[in-house]
Amino acid sequence: MADTSALKYTSEHEWLLIEGDTATIGITEYAAEQLGDVVYVELPKVGDTVDAGKVVGEIESTKSVGELFAPVSGTIAEANSAVVDTPELVNEDPYGRGWLIKLSVADASVFDGAGFLSKDEYDALVAE
Amino acid sequence: MTDSAVTDSAGPDPAAERYSPLHALHVDGGASFTDFAGWQMPVSYGSDLAEHHAVRNAAGMFDISHMAEISVTGPDAAAFLDYALAGRMSTLQLMQAKYSLLLDESAGILDDLIVYNNAPGEYLVVANAGNHDVAVAELTARAAGFDVTVTDVSDATSLIAVQGPRAREILEATDSLSVLEGQQPLSDLKYYWSTGAAFGSGTVFIARTGYTGEDGFELYVDNADAASLWRALLAAGEPFGLIPAGLASRDTLRLEAGMPLYGHELSRDILPAQAGLGRVVHFTKEGDFVGRAAAEAGPAEDARVLVGLTAEGRRAARAGYLVFHGDKEVGAITSGALSPTLGYPIAMAYVDRDVSEAGTTLDLDVRGTRIPATVVSLPFYTREKN
Repeated sequence: MADTSALKYTSEHEWLLIEGDTATIGITEYAAEQLGDVVYVELPKVGDTVDAGKVVGEIESTKSVGELFAPVSGTIAEANSAVVDTPELVNEDPYGRGWLIKLSVADASVFDGAGFLSKDEYDALVAE
Repeated sequence: MTDSAVTDSAGPDPAAERYSPLHALHVDGGASFTDFAGWQMPVSYGSDLAEHHAVRNAAGMFDISHMAEISVTGPDAAAFLDYALAGRMSTLQLMQAKYSLLLDESAGILDDLIVYNNAPGEYLVVANAGNHDVAVAELTARAAGFDVTVTDVSDATSLIAVQGPRAREILEATDSLSVLEGQQPLSDLKYYWSTGAAFGSGTVFIARTGYTGEDGFELYVDNADAASLWRALLAAGEPFGLIPAGLASRDTLRLEAGMPLYGHELSRDILPAQAGLGRVVHFTKEGDFVGRAAAEAGPAEDARVLVGLTAEGRRAARAGYLVFHGDKEVGAITSGALSPTLGYPIAMAYVDRDVSEAGTTLDLDVRGTRIPATVVSLPFYTREKN
């Protein structure tokens, strides 16, 4: 499991682990709890180019459907096939084995300008 | 990530949030909550799938204290209910229960409810939380001219459902709960019959009814005794695999069992025959009842009818998604989920009559992707009866 204080967050309840020009992306524990037991995950294909703010995947629970948004524009470097085969990983380990995609950007500076939230800022958002 | 179609949250006014008498127990039990008709009710205690499977394989316990209970007493009680509801309540024997409908003059469904004849000349009408106000208002208005008293007892009554194949053993193992002398023992109690039990200093009204497709019981208890009854049942039930279960699993369980949910399969715009509930309307009963003429006339010829749909894969159609036959839009989904028990997507939908035959292949529009589905007869799941 990743150190959650080192992650960046979005108001769409996604987390990012930024390493150079690539971000590993998943949904937060709060989001996973709100969804309930995840039973189906659909992810983009490796090599897909995605635009910031666009839907790139779906996370379905028994009771609802969540959409995965691309937090920045870039290229899909990896998609976690383990969560496709075993969707409950999203609930069991949302910051670890339940990661969803790795997204590469042309210039790492776009991460700095994307307005992501810190852990404290995200926790405050969820507490509202 | 955003939720696009979360469970029913028909809360009219968040400022008027209501809590079950068992709320503190649910908080202690790690429940997450959802708004249901203005009530903060447990949606799950951790895993809705585990709760679903517990009910199918052992037992689950639900707090459904948000349901509305309305007492009907007086010399005309049976005749009044025959007039006010679609079914023939006057034939109910003592301690028998019946599923019925509250119709408007156009035979639109105002609510679906269960009527218990829980004492001589006394009936308990149990309505949906979301229709509490409508049910109380309609029954009160329809009582004019009858020698009856209609009393809303919702605020004093808690309701606990123990559902699953081990439910009877669990109730029998709950030492502090004992069936009253002269009342039917649980082992002899038939489906849709009820009995009375002592618990603490009070009594509990126990009905063999439920909303899961499994054997099970619903226990009506005074608010003051509700928490101790919940704890006693949970303690007695643990060796049998009983766990608390929330509204998320309740919804998938009732869907598998093909049971309608008001606001999804049932509404004012739906006539009983469209919902497959024609059998609930008793045209043979003497005298008028509200909605009779319109129900007898039946739905319009082109009115859509409720069907079950199954699909392959794991992507479920959800309420509101459209149904197609070729390029023609022929209906809409009212409830849908990946069935935890069956492992494939199931849904209920209103579709055009000419495509409602079992075996018909239709297409579901799941967020832009067409998924083939087959019309099947309801229910999707039937328990093995022993």
